[in-house]
Amino acid sequence: MIRLTALAAFFSLLPGFLAADNEAVTAFELDNGMQVIVVEDHRAPVVQHMVWYRAGSADEPKGSSGVAHFLEHLLFKATDKLEAGELSATVARNGGRDNAFTSYDYTAYFQRVAADRLELMMSMESDRMRNIRLTEDNIRTERDVIIEERNQRTENNPSALFGEQMSAAQYLNHRYGVPIIGWMHEMRTLDMQDALSFYETYYAPNNAILVVSGDVTPEDVRRLAEKYYGVIPANPDLPERIRTKEPPQTAERRLIFRDARVAQPYVRRSYLAPERDPGDQKAAAALTILAEILGGGTTSYLANALQFDEPIATYSGAFYRGVSLDDTTFTILAVPRSGISLQEAEDAMDAALVDFLVDGVDAEQLERIKLQIRADQIYARDDVDRIANRYGQALASGLTVEDVQAWPDVLEAVTAEDIVQVARDVFDIRASVTGWLMREEVTQ
Amino acid sequence: MIRFALSMMMVLAIAVPAHAEVKIQEVTSDSGLTAWLVEDHSIPFVALEIRFRGGASLDAPGKRGAINLMTALLEEGAGDMNARAFARAGEALATSFGFDVGDDSLSVSARFLTENKDASVALLRAALVMPRFDDEAIERVRGQVLANISAEAKDPNDIASRTFDQIAFGDHPYASSPSGTEQSVSALTRDDLVAAHRAVMARDRIYIGAVGDITPEELTALVDDLLDALPAEGAPMPPAAEVTIPGGITVVPFDTPQSVALFGHSGMAQEDPDFFTASVLNQVLGGGSFESRLMEEVREKRGLTYGVYSYLVPKDLAAIYLGSVSSANDRIAEAIEVIRAEWAKAAAEGVTQAELDDAKTYMTGAYPLRFDGNGPIARIMVGMQMLGLPTDYIATRNERVEAVTLGDVRRVAAELLDPEGLHFVVVGQPAGLQSTPAN
Repeated sequence: MIRLTALAAFFSLLPGFLAADNEAVTAFELDNGMQVIVVEDHRAPVVQHMVWYRAGSADEPKGSSGVAHFLEHLLFKATDKLEAGELSATVARNGGRDNAFTSYDYTAYFQRVAADRLELMMSMESDRMRNIRLTEDNIRTERDVIIEERNQRTENNPSALFGEQMSAAQYLNHRYGVPIIGWMHEMRTLDMQDALSFYETYYAPNNAILVVSGDVTPEDVRRLAEKYYGVIPANPDLPERIRTKEPPQTAERRLIFRDARVAQPYVRRSYLAPERDPGDQKAAAALTILAEILGGGTTSYLANALQFDEPIATYSGAFYRGVSLDDTTFTILAVPRSGISLQEAEDAMDAALVDFLVDGVDAEQLERIKLQIRADQIYARDDVDRIANRYGQALASGLTVEDVQAWPDVLEAVTAEDIVQVARDVFDIRASVTGWLMREEVTQ
Repeated sequence: MIRFALSMMMVLAIAVPAHAEVKIQEVTSDSGLTAWLVEDHSIPFVALEIRFRGGASLDAPGKRGAINLMTALLEEGAGDMNARAFARAGEALATSFGFDVGDDSLSVSARFLTENKDASVALLRAALVMPRFDDEAIERVRGQVLANISAEAKDPNDIASRTFDQIAFGDHPYASSPSGTEQSVSALTRDDLVAAHRAVMARDRIYIGAVGDITPEELTALVDDLLDALPAEGAPMPPAAEVTIPGGITVVPFDTPQSVALFGHSGMAQEDPDFFTASVLNQVLGGGSFESRLMEEVREKRGLTYGVYSYLVPKDLAAIYLGSVSSANDRIAEAIEVIRAEWAKAAAEGVTQAELDDAKTYMTGAYPLRFDGNGPIARIMVGMQMLGLPTDYIATRNERVEAVTLGDVRRVAAELLDPEGLHFVVVGQPAGLQSTPAN
């Protein structure tokens, strides 16, 4: 099957099935409140060192959208002990690579390097948790860089611009409606004070998770973590993570985004959906499997209805992102074949959902999906960095180690009835946004 | 105090680079196929990588896109299974197959559990040897390919690549997209796909790597089982491409806020004795890290871009040296000016001893980190075979990097880097840039 290049971004949202059995995972906490996760794999002398902060774009103050991501860039500048760029240069000189990323609920920094360099990584990463030293020149230049990043990722990509409008319409009162990279007009105003204020508030050991994976032992990680991170005092003023809540969503929203650069029009619908909550992951597990049943490739319900039984769509899909601090979304999408209108594609997609609720879950398909979940617990052991990412992401998004480890069992326990019930609950048109991405109409 | 501790640690660390312990066995099947194997029984699964040399460049005249479409159809029905039955069978085994094709090879990446080995191999065999090319599947996947082709026509990065390839490769297959054009793909018939399968999937061009829970005996049996029924010979390889890239600028007008630029000139073949020197030179100039000269000058100092990179592109039938950058329409001209100046500076002066040392420690230290899973190791082994490298290459590779001297880099920089010969393809509405007249 050919994957549509224009939609490549969606695939990165596919829910990874989580695994817990046979993973050599150790969890503990430092005295200052910093959580530590160690995932062992001694097959190759490699280590990945990550620090996750429970601070993402949804934690930003109003009017400063993009500051979480801006600060992420600025953490590669000088500290008391390191020159600007010296951290990355040191990692590179040691044959490693480093980077960072920002999402709605977290910001994370990582290095991948030979296992015997772990101490060096910790000494530098712990240093920039408290000691960055910024200049006005850093602010000006790096602001230009993030603006070019927005140009590259978003302004040059009509599908990304459309996605921003969809999210903004989906969330009436929550920061998930604001893009992670920020709105351009607010990014242009970000200054030193914005960056430092976010840094002082959120960058502290009691708001961070250390995740080390690879050729390490928990004992060594504990010793080093206590030496480098354990000496940093907790921030007693760390604010509780309380976000604005969505009011009841009572009006179906529809939007049309037109752009001359659109090659492949499509229709996309998102529904507000529950996320994985600590101790309460059942609905999210059913939604995770529902996305697989509806949109997981050639054997999925939407593919059958829209690509095989009727030649309506070139591509169809369903996406659900369960790891999230607050209400998330469940998205379905159809790319019509040439000669099929967006209205026809949308109607066919809606008809398929109605049929699915009548037909229910194909027992054999559900069994195949569960088999793959079990198999993935074997395959996952070949990629401990992926396991490490899972823990970092989950712990930064309000889940616990126990939740992560229970997840495969929660998935395994999902029944056909659970899936149909959760579909009925979530496919509420009043809590939805339907968007059409279209070519610009040419007028004479 | 702590600064001192840091430098001490760095010295120690550099002195002992990590070593990748990858024990490669070469095995030969009864039918004479060679495969490389790394046995690792710690996780009960196998990663298998198979490549057929020639790839999409073996498209017959007038049939551009046939091999790409054929490759996409391998998992869309095989043996007695239609597309959906084939997909269900794969899911029921928790096995996964990836089929991909590029300018130089068609690749098959498979992963299966030990307990499902035989059934998985039987399923993969059906896809490789008995693809059905059902009319329904052809039309469905053709629609997907045509959608991709129309998307590429509106993507500034794809437009830049296509334009650059046309300038660089003239009438060679490398000059056009392996996907084909709307016209060529629309005209493809089932017979064309059968011919494409025969042209590229033959036993005289196979390279195989396997990693995981499998013994040499099991692998040789598997290889014959899987590939025995393929034809002995495929289509002849195309000739080498003549690379003639004139220096200058080609602006492709496209209404978008940020211009995308692709630039380059002729490069260096991987077999060239100076290839390691060129790789070290490129690491310093624009090789992917935050520390490269291009990143420092264009991003870190001036904030002109989110990323700027250069890379050697040694294809089987041509070698070019490419780079890429994206900047707002009113800033791209300055980015290009800075890049050309850096190219000229490196051509004239080479690199410094410190830069050479840093590049070497990076490249030698990063090398073992690539061997980080069964799938990656299988892919690396197939790549090595296609380059004609010996099984003990991994152990000697870092010595070759270490052997590069400052004088080597200076000499190769002067020979390879041609600031005036760089051609920039710029897609966007760049302020202050115009296409140079064609020569």
